Amino acid sequence: MNFPANLRYTKDHEWISLEGDIATIGITDFAQGELGDIVYVDIDTIGQHLAAESVFGTVEAVKTVSDLYLPLTGTITEKNSSLDNAPEKVNQDPYGDGWMIKMKVDDPADFANLLDSAAYQSLTGA
Amino acid sequence: MKQTPFTAKHIALGAKMAEFAGYNMPISYSGINDEHQAVRTNAGIFDVSHMGEFILKGEHALDLIQKVTSNDASKLTDGKAQYSCLTNENGGIVDDLLVYCIEQNKVYMLVVNASNIEKDWEWIRRHNSNNAEMHNISDKTCLLAIQGPNATKILQPLTEMDILDLKYYTFSKGKFAGVDNVLVSATGYTGAGGVEIYFEDKDDNAEKIWDAILAAGAPKGLKPIGLGARDTLRLEMGFCLYGNDIDDFSTPLEAGLGWITKFSKPFTASEFLAKQKSNGVEKKLVGFEMIEKGIPRHDYMIRDNEGNLIGRVTSGTQAPSLGKAIGMGYVRIDQAMLDNEIFIDIRDKNIRARIVKMPFYNQP
Repeated sequence: MNFPANLRYTKDHEWISLEGDIATIGITDFAQGELGDIVYVDIDTIGQHLAAESVFGTVEAVKTVSDLYLPLTGTITEKNSSLDNAPEKVNQDPYGDGWMIKMKVDDPADFANLLDSAAYQSLTGA
Repeated sequence: MKQTPFTAKHIALGAKMAEFAGYNMPISYSGINDEHQAVRTNAGIFDVSHMGEFILKGEHALDLIQKVTSNDASKLTDGKAQYSCLTNENGGIVDDLLVYCIEQNKVYMLVVNASNIEKDWEWIRRHNSNNAEMHNISDKTCLLAIQGPNATKILQPLTEMDILDLKYYTFSKGKFAGVDNVLVSATGYTGAGGVEIYFEDKDDNAEKIWDAILAAGAPKGLKPIGLGARDTLRLEMGFCLYGNDIDDFSTPLEAGLGWITKFSKPFTASEFLAKQKSNGVEKKLVGFEMIEKGIPRHDYMIRDNEGNLIGRVTSGTQAPSLGKAIGMGYVRIDQAMLDNEIFIDIRDKNIRARIVKMPFYNQP
């Protein structure tokens, strides 16, 4: 299982990368493995300003559905529309082509408070 | 948690395990879609040893079966099996099951759902006023399902029984992979063809048979399959899952199981069901496919085009062989027509769906 060191993580199994005040968010390799084959990513919060830990969408696997939680407070600016026709990208490349949203964060300093790769890895028990 | 004789095999194969009906069962191995396709196009092996088996014996065995089940078991001759329901006095389904006729009028085997073993046993025992001999052999019985268009071709070299030409819902008993008294039955709950095999868990039978099937099948692409794909496979066929689509409060007539409800003999629910049949049902289990994007799930609300609640989803999934989302649910009878547009309430949004004919998928 893969836990890239340049990313930050949440206990809800999202990963975050940050460039300036724009964050890219997806779900972790661990999360996609637990969910199994992902068939639909439902995000309809683009343009909304939401607080950290709000639900910004849901991910549907064959057998289960799981909410997606916003790691930081800010405005959702973009979603990965290519997942509409190829949701399996989340399974195949969770940290790359399987990204889910981009957001403009209110306070980039909050990024440092998220879990680092080692802390997240120990949380998954891997 | 209980184990089956194959639990260690599943774990060694890297299966994702979870508790089901008190057993530690494999949910998936290589992924639900991959396993599903293996069964639809080739072959897969399922451990379903958690299911329950009862033997009913003696001169009153058939009478007892006739009294508690909805189908007509008197039609069964040696080597034939039938799908049936245990019903309560209010027409509700205590369980769905298979009835195997081992020896006509003398020996029958009932195969029941794992989660209902105790309930069914008590229910049948309570109706056993003539003291038919009853044996619960669930704990010592192994059950493997080998399903898929190539399943019998893969298995045939392991036995002298003719399983290639075994007719649907018939069975034979004999030596299989060096083990005596193996019951091979042309049944299964996938719609993909294949067999189910029953044998006693003694000596090293379980290991012998599992290893022989994998040795014969793996080079031909046979894969181990978990309960996840078992569910998507049965749902594509419109087969009911007990606890989801049928339960103590739904009747066989409502569930589309009129074809296994025979009024040729009295049984626990026959009076109620005869009345329901002549009055007509108020709700009916229908199959539907999503028109707009969304996956229906158990217990989601079903609405009409004015937003009125008209039913609930009982099962739903993205169907791997169809590439679309499908579901089943009970819908008020005046809304249950084929092609009727209905709406599934998915996270407070009404998503369009259409009632369609089942099975959803037709195995070529």
